Amino acid sequence: MTTKVLGLLAFVAMLVALYMIFLFAPTEATQGNAQRIFYIHVPLAIVGAYGSAILLFTGCLAFLTTRDFRWDRFAACSAEMGVVFTTAQLLTAIMWAKPIWGAWYTFDSRGTLQLVLLLIFIAYFMLRSYLPDREKRAKLCGVFGLLGMVDVPINYLSIYLFRTQHPQPVVSPGGGGLDPDMEKTFLVSFIAITLFYAYVFVKRLRLAKIEEEVEYLNQVVLANE
Amino acid sequence: MKPITAIVFKDIVIEMRSKESISSMLMFGILVLVIFLFAFESRGLEKGMVGPGELWVAYSFAAILGLNRSLAMEIDNDCLQGLLLAPLGRGELYIGKVASNFAFMMIAELVVLPVFFILNNLNFDRRFFAIAGVSVLGTLGIAAVGTILSTISGNTRMKEVMLPILQIPLTVPVVIAAVEATSQIMNNDTPEISAWLTILAGFSIVYLTVSYLVFEFAVEE
Amino acid sequence: MFALESDDIRKTFGHFTALGGVTLTVERGEFVALFGRNGAGKTTFLKIAATLVKHTHGKLRIQGVDISEQPEQARRHIGFLSHNTYLYRDLNPVENLTFFARLYGVSDPEARINSLLKRVGLDRRMSHPVRSFSRGLHQRLGIARVMLHDPSLILLDEPYTGLDANAVDILNQMLDEAAAAGKTIILTTHDLDQGLRSATRAVIIDRGKIVFSGNPKDQSTRDAYAGYIRIGTAR
Repeated sequence: MTTKVLGLLAFVAMLVALYMIFLFAPTEATQGNAQRIFYIHVPLAIVGAYGSAILLFTGCLAFLTTRDFRWDRFAACSAEMGVVFTTAQLLTAIMWAKPIWGAWYTFDSRGTLQLVLLLIFIAYFMLRSYLPDREKRAKLCGVFGLLGMVDVPINYLSIYLFRTQHPQPVVSPGGGGLDPDMEKTFLVSFIAITLFYAYVFVKRLRLAKIEEEVEYLNQVVLANE
Repeated sequence: MKPITAIVFKDIVIEMRSKESISSMLMFGILVLVIFLFAFESRGLEKGMVGPGELWVAYSFAAILGLNRSLAMEIDNDCLQGLLLAPLGRGELYIGKVASNFAFMMIAELVVLPVFFILNNLNFDRRFFAIAGVSVLGTLGIAAVGTILSTISGNTRMKEVMLPILQIPLTVPVVIAAVEATSQIMNNDTPEISAWLTILAGFSIVYLTVSYLVFEFAVEE
Repeated sequence: MFALESDDIRKTFGHFTALGGVTLTVERGEFVALFGRNGAGKTTFLKIAATLVKHTHGKLRIQGVDISEQPEQARRHIGFLSHNTYLYRDLNPVENLTFFARLYGVSDPEARINSLLKRVGLDRRMSHPVRSFSRGLHQRLGIARVMLHDPSLILLDEPYTGLDANAVDILNQMLDEAAAAGKTIILTTHDLDQGLRSATRAVIIDRGKIVFSGNPKDQSTRDAYAGYIRIGTAR
């Protein structure tokens, strides 16, 4: 029941966000309409990429300390969300970069490090797929997920040292540099994407549980043949 | 402490017997440098631009070779089980393997670095020792991560092939920091090198600690 | 203090339950022959006792030391031999044993290694790399490795597999010597006669639980063996 409510809220929020992004927010002076991608790109980065990273870390750490397979499922779902959302975020980054700088890809630290995060998520999946034994898979992926996510803050530190071509974040902790209408649009978009993420995540967790039950039944059938 | 040195000593004796690990790491490292020589020579690119990257590409791939060799040795005859039976903590076992992997990588790099200097027409001045120092820090990080990752990849069907897929994304900060530091040294202009060195050191400390704590999950049956 | 005290040891691998609750007490000096069909759980139990596998429930004590709380301490008392010998092929017997002696902190390693190698009949091959050994020679060196640190509990998982007659004799002699010296031995095997040869107790594991424990000389042991192991799937 709550999932349905969540889904409905996410749907409504997305509609509102879309309206605000395209019709409500003013056009930015230097970047033009291409700047509107920012309202989707940044929340995707924060929620989809970094959010998934935190969830993956939590899942792996929780599994290693409790050995409860539910956390392993949690970790696997977070990694999957991470792959999808980080890919989406990188695609929006490319779409943003081309009209602004005329290049598909610029070797700027933030975008590159998000690419690395994507590679870590994908590596996690490859590892999962080559480990058929449930227990070993959970343990080894738990370790790798932990090691991989510990990498993220270290990578992040490198940002401030490496020369960057990434535009200065318009939304800074100080809250400066953004038109109030833009701020509202950003906030709504952020909430919408967070709700959407949460809805998809919950559904994916449920699906993972069913997948595991099917796997178990398969094993029982095979064992009794 | 004694069991850890026993592990390193045992690995050294085996390596002296078979000479497979260091020689293959060495050859591969030099081959990478040579490939870069041909790949970039015709473009007339300034040496200072490509050099640091080429050195660390050579190091990274040679390291993967070495790690896989080390792992193969423990898989053979299930020797890892023999180590797990000993009255040795799992974390200590990890440190022992890191130490021997690190030692072999350093020995190979001790040859690759001078070759790099020669191929890039650099004088063997203070910069040689500075870059050697960066090599030590960076290699420690690679060994720390590589040892536990090779243990993980050894459990998969793909075995050795899995290692680079797991390792390369994780060692990105090491490569970035090491290349930056090396580049600054080569250009005799080191404004923020201490920051990069801190990242290298921090990476090693973090990964040595985390891996020490979780290694048992990687080796448990 | 018992040599081995297992209290409701359970182990699940994912969905599969390998051990459903094994409670077993082995006194010091006992020679236990552990029988069971393939997949019954004998190897899993032995590996848990050797701390190679972590149990999911229960307690196990070796010489009074809880393996969960002090695994390194427990391992000092254990010698484990399976059909994998855990020997480094590029090293010779002396180097292999010296390495393990260092790991276990064996005092006066050279003397001990020399006498052990002589005992297993490998003194003439001391400097040959293990790579050149046949399976029988491998296993003999494996036996030397197990006894190296003078463990009080010796666990053997199907040690007779692939052994030639000489190696079988050497193994049996060494086990008898160890038993006479008061060591505790737990041995798993498929061969009923081989297992019962020197055993003081016969135990049968079936489907992850102990279903029989008794005197190897009694007919009841042979009957139980026939019932659980020879008859197969009919139940």
